[in-house]
Amino acid sequence: MNHVRTKPRKIRTVLKLALLFLVAAVQLYPLLWLLLFSFKSNNDIFGSNIAGLPVVWHWENYSNALFGGGILIYFRNSVVYTAITIVAAGVLSAMSSYAISRLQWKLRGGTYILFTLGIMIPLQAVLLPLYLLLDNLKILNTGLALLIPYIAFAVPMSIIILCGFYGSVPKDIEEAAYLDGCNIYQVFFRVVLPIVRPAVATVSIFTFLGTWNELMFANTFVNDSSLRTLTVGIMSFAGEYSTNWGAIGAGMVIATLPTIVIYFFLSDQVQSSIVAGAVKG
Amino acid sequence: MYKKRSVLVFVLPTVLIYTCIVVLPIFASFYISLFNWDGVGSMVFCGLSNFQKMFSNDPNFHTAIRNSFVLAGASLIIQLPIAFILALVLANGVKFEKFFRTVYFIPVIISSMVIGQLWLKIFNADYGLLNMVLKAVGLENLAQPWLAQTSTSFGCTVVPAVWQYVGQYILIFYAGMKGIPEDYYEAARIDGANSRQTMVSITIPLMTPVIKACLILSLTGSFKSFDLVYVMTNGGPLHSSDVPSTAMYANLFGSHLYGYGSAQAVFIVLECLIATLLLQLVYKKPEAELT
Repeated sequence: MNHVRTKPRKIRTVLKLALLFLVAAVQLYPLLWLLLFSFKSNNDIFGSNIAGLPVVWHWENYSNALFGGGILIYFRNSVVYTAITIVAAGVLSAMSSYAISRLQWKLRGGTYILFTLGIMIPLQAVLLPLYLLLDNLKILNTGLALLIPYIAFAVPMSIIILCGFYGSVPKDIEEAAYLDGCNIYQVFFRVVLPIVRPAVATVSIFTFLGTWNELMFANTFVNDSSLRTLTVGIMSFAGEYSTNWGAIGAGMVIATLPTIVIYFFLSDQVQSSIVAGAVKG
Repeated sequence: MYKKRSVLVFVLPTVLIYTCIVVLPIFASFYISLFNWDGVGSMVFCGLSNFQKMFSNDPNFHTAIRNSFVLAGASLIIQLPIAFILALVLANGVKFEKFFRTVYFIPVIISSMVIGQLWLKIFNADYGLLNMVLKAVGLENLAQPWLAQTSTSFGCTVVPAVWQYVGQYILIFYAGMKGIPEDYYEAARIDGANSRQTMVSITIPLMTPVIKACLILSLTGSFKSFDLVYVMTNGGPLHSSDVPSTAMYANLFGSHLYGYGSAQAVFIVLECLIATLLLQLVYKKPEAELT
């Protein structure tokens, strides 16, 4: 009886794997194509070697993009904006969600609801008023024009995820620390924060993904090419050098590399962070 | 143990920034939408006439709305079911499961700008991957200037949108399926249920909150879609690939119609809100209990 059942099961498994590999190929091939043409010269791309591996690996596409095209500057800007946003939003959210979940005060519940409303808000809803606000504060076209909105928008989801996490942390440790004579700041920074580190990591990844790739604000609030993010910079680069596919491809690979590297090392956390965000939302 | 004042230290800075940047501007948008204003001159109150104009006098915006519904449709009819099926296959156990999960998710984390630029190249009429492949397999007559035709321009933005985010839904569905206790499947097996019956009676009902979350994500994502379309076509040619967000953006920062653009922003917000509320209502039926 066993022998009769294994054959169709094996065929089913093979078919399943074939389907899965096919989908994987569909997901990966465009990216592979991108990587390959980033190393090709225009002659290759437009004529002699369209589909194959580069015969000559044109690394100068990358140096052209980085130095001639200014992409190194855009890269630096994105790193700075994203790093500051992650740290600032992380600290603010960790402190606020600690207060919401662990401290006793009247407006606790209301404040939490205030933040939950925030994750549903599309950026379109605030784009013009923010533009006007930043203009009136004279910080339009400065670094703050992006930092402040990025931090503000990273906060709601971070608070929701962190509050969920704080709920599962036992209270005894805190109480012991208070009994030992610690004040609230010491309890928070020395005792509680280290415990919620995994959640802070999840939240940081979420903030990173939202900030590194952001386009609408970056395109609207900052004009100076010296302050542009990678996302906007490459868009304008692609517009300016529109026929130089190799260099554009190099720029795109450079923009994507940090995300891929982080994903490669932290794939589990990245995946669980997205799932957490989706289900809470 | 701690003074009430400490709570303020922990919470106030965050609440201040958040309120000023996220909450108050929404109300400002609603307010501005009731005026005619170009940002320089005076604001002229015009009531709901911006909204009236939007719905009756702006065929480009009608195209934009229609496009956003096409995107939503593609997501609901193509993207979500494919993601569900693939998640099912993965969750039931296959070799290399982790590899597939990891790979499917890669396009999700890449910026929509890069995805948009990439697919611009794929759809390029002369050197793009698509037309090259069509010519290579002898289907030259199908090779067209995809991005330059008003009939296919929006479709060119739908394909990458579905391609990019299918991995996200695969992951979310997969996580949901993995959360269902084995015992249910055991019981079903003992009762003699086949795999289709199991899926209909056990998997789908217990996945209700996850399915609801994905439906909300999918609909609101489609309605507020901006990055991909902006990068690929910016609504062109001739507004054929416009979506509400790109139309709004052009009105705000291209034509400086602050009042009208704000009305469009309000429309997008209300659209997302209504979609979310509707789905919450639809799913108000008691969820399958895990007793």
